Amino acid sequence: MMNKPPPERTGTPGDGRPAVHAHGLTVVRGSRRVLDGLTFDIAPGTVTGLLGPSGSGKSTLIRAIVGTQAKVTGTLDVLGRPAGSAPLRSRVGYVTQSPSVYADLTARQNLDYYAAVLGIPRTDRAAAVDQALTDVDLTSHADDLAGNLSGGQSSRVSLAVALLGTPELLVLDEPTVGLDPVLRRDLWNLFHRLAARGTTLLISSHVMDEADRCEHLLLVRDGTLLAADTPQALRETTGSDTVEDAFLKLVESARDGATTSARPHPAAQAQHSQHAQNTQQTQQAQESQHSRRGTS
Amino acid sequence: MNAARTLATARRVLRQLAHDPRTVALLLLVPVLLLVLLYYVFDADRRSFDSIGASLLGIFPLVTMFLVTSIATLRERTSGTLERLLSMPLGKADLILGYALAFGALAVVQASVATGVAVWLLDLNIVGSPWLLLLIALLDALLGTALGLFVSAFAASEFQVVQFMPAMVFPQILLCGLFAPRSSMQPALEAISNVLPMSYAVDGMTEVLKHPDATGDFVRDAVIVAGSALLVLFLGAATLRRRTA
Repeated sequence: MMNKPPPERTGTPGDGRPAVHAHGLTVVRGSRRVLDGLTFDIAPGTVTGLLGPSGSGKSTLIRAIVGTQAKVTGTLDVLGRPAGSAPLRSRVGYVTQSPSVYADLTARQNLDYYAAVLGIPRTDRAAAVDQALTDVDLTSHADDLAGNLSGGQSSRVSLAVALLGTPELLVLDEPTVGLDPVLRRDLWNLFHRLAARGTTLLISSHVMDEADRCEHLLLVRDGTLLAADTPQALRETTGSDTVEDAFLKLVESARDGATTSARPHPAAQAQHSQHAQNTQQTQQAQESQHSRRGTS
Repeated sequence: MNAARTLATARRVLRQLAHDPRTVALLLLVPVLLLVLLYYVFDADRRSFDSIGASLLGIFPLVTMFLVTSIATLRERTSGTLERLLSMPLGKADLILGYALAFGALAVVQASVATGVAVWLLDLNIVGSPWLLLLIALLDALLGTALGLFVSAFAASEFQVVQFMPAMVFPQILLCGLFAPRSSMQPALEAISNVLPMSYAVDGMTEVLKHPDATGDFVRDAVIVAGSALLVLFLGAATLRRRTA
């Protein structure tokens, strides 16, 4: 199944069609609109960051794209087909927020099972598993039980599962949370190598300092799309130094647009100074990371 | 449905069990120890041991497989592995049959050990063939697996799923004819016992106890237990949803 090219390959680099196309995408959970009329395109072969605070609807959007979310309305096409349709199941790799691996199997056994589910032929399976373990730098822990691995290690096992069978679209829900900076950098390098091979990646994060590692950004808040652009363009159009600042300005201008009162709410002001502080810390973290990169 | 994926799932479940030798040891030893206990409880009444022991050989696999399967699939649902599997090209039937195969294999071992000990060490006196006892025990194990898969859909935590054991299994044990002949029960209860699959498992065991060959009643009982297991497996498959809220 994996080694035979599907009859129709749209949403791959070169054909000019987006890997993901959403128009008026809405998701209702209970009585709440978790996503409200999102419209965006994701270009093939790019790394797109899905940024927003927790609870903004990132995971719901990701679940809609991989076809595990119920009550999705509007248009959502993935690789040229409606999201969640059967032929996409081996072409889209998905990493959930918490590692979805079997704690009572070793890393290798986990990968071996998922490889079988993906239909990778028995003769190629061991090589595919080894490649995935190498990609996430876990070969030394291949025969440890996933339950005995650290949080970061088991989330890398989960990531390795998504790399099996070289999916055309990789959707990753907060894959770098809790990882050490060196490893985080290595993973981002891996993501860019995958994109260079033609894979489209959508990576969610609530850490704004990861924005600059992406070619394109989707900023979401409260289930709505604040902006969809490149990090540089976002900073320029909002006149900000960082994407976090740009995010704040977008939130404020959206609020000003929605309410007639121009006077900022005292709580919002307090929040703003808090954020300014965070931004400073983030910048410092980035600087120290840069200097570390310089020495390595 | 795809044989390779079904077998891969069964092998994965068995590998998980292989990393948990204590659970396997408990699964295999507890029924045997309970039979030995029963043997000495009926120290002065061997005939009672024969009938109750035979019935228990059918009840043990159902209870243990129910517990093991319901917790295993609940974990699969809560750990995110089920969501991941259903976002992959895995059929629901592949998953359900994979579980049924793996736990069915375990049930064969469990029922063989328990039946072997009962017949050869504890001199359980049966007229029919121990193979027929084993067959009913295996079908019962499948029924337990199917019920476990089914109820795991209605439990949000392991606390809840364990409570389904007394809720789904105890009434069947009370009404299956183990404590009092079903025909002597209050008619409403007898009617209920007529639609509970465990009643037929115990009836089947009793047939083997009393008759040298597989009687028509035995065949009917076996078919009913197998049919109930299949029906509940289908219901279990229906509770697996690729899209969830």
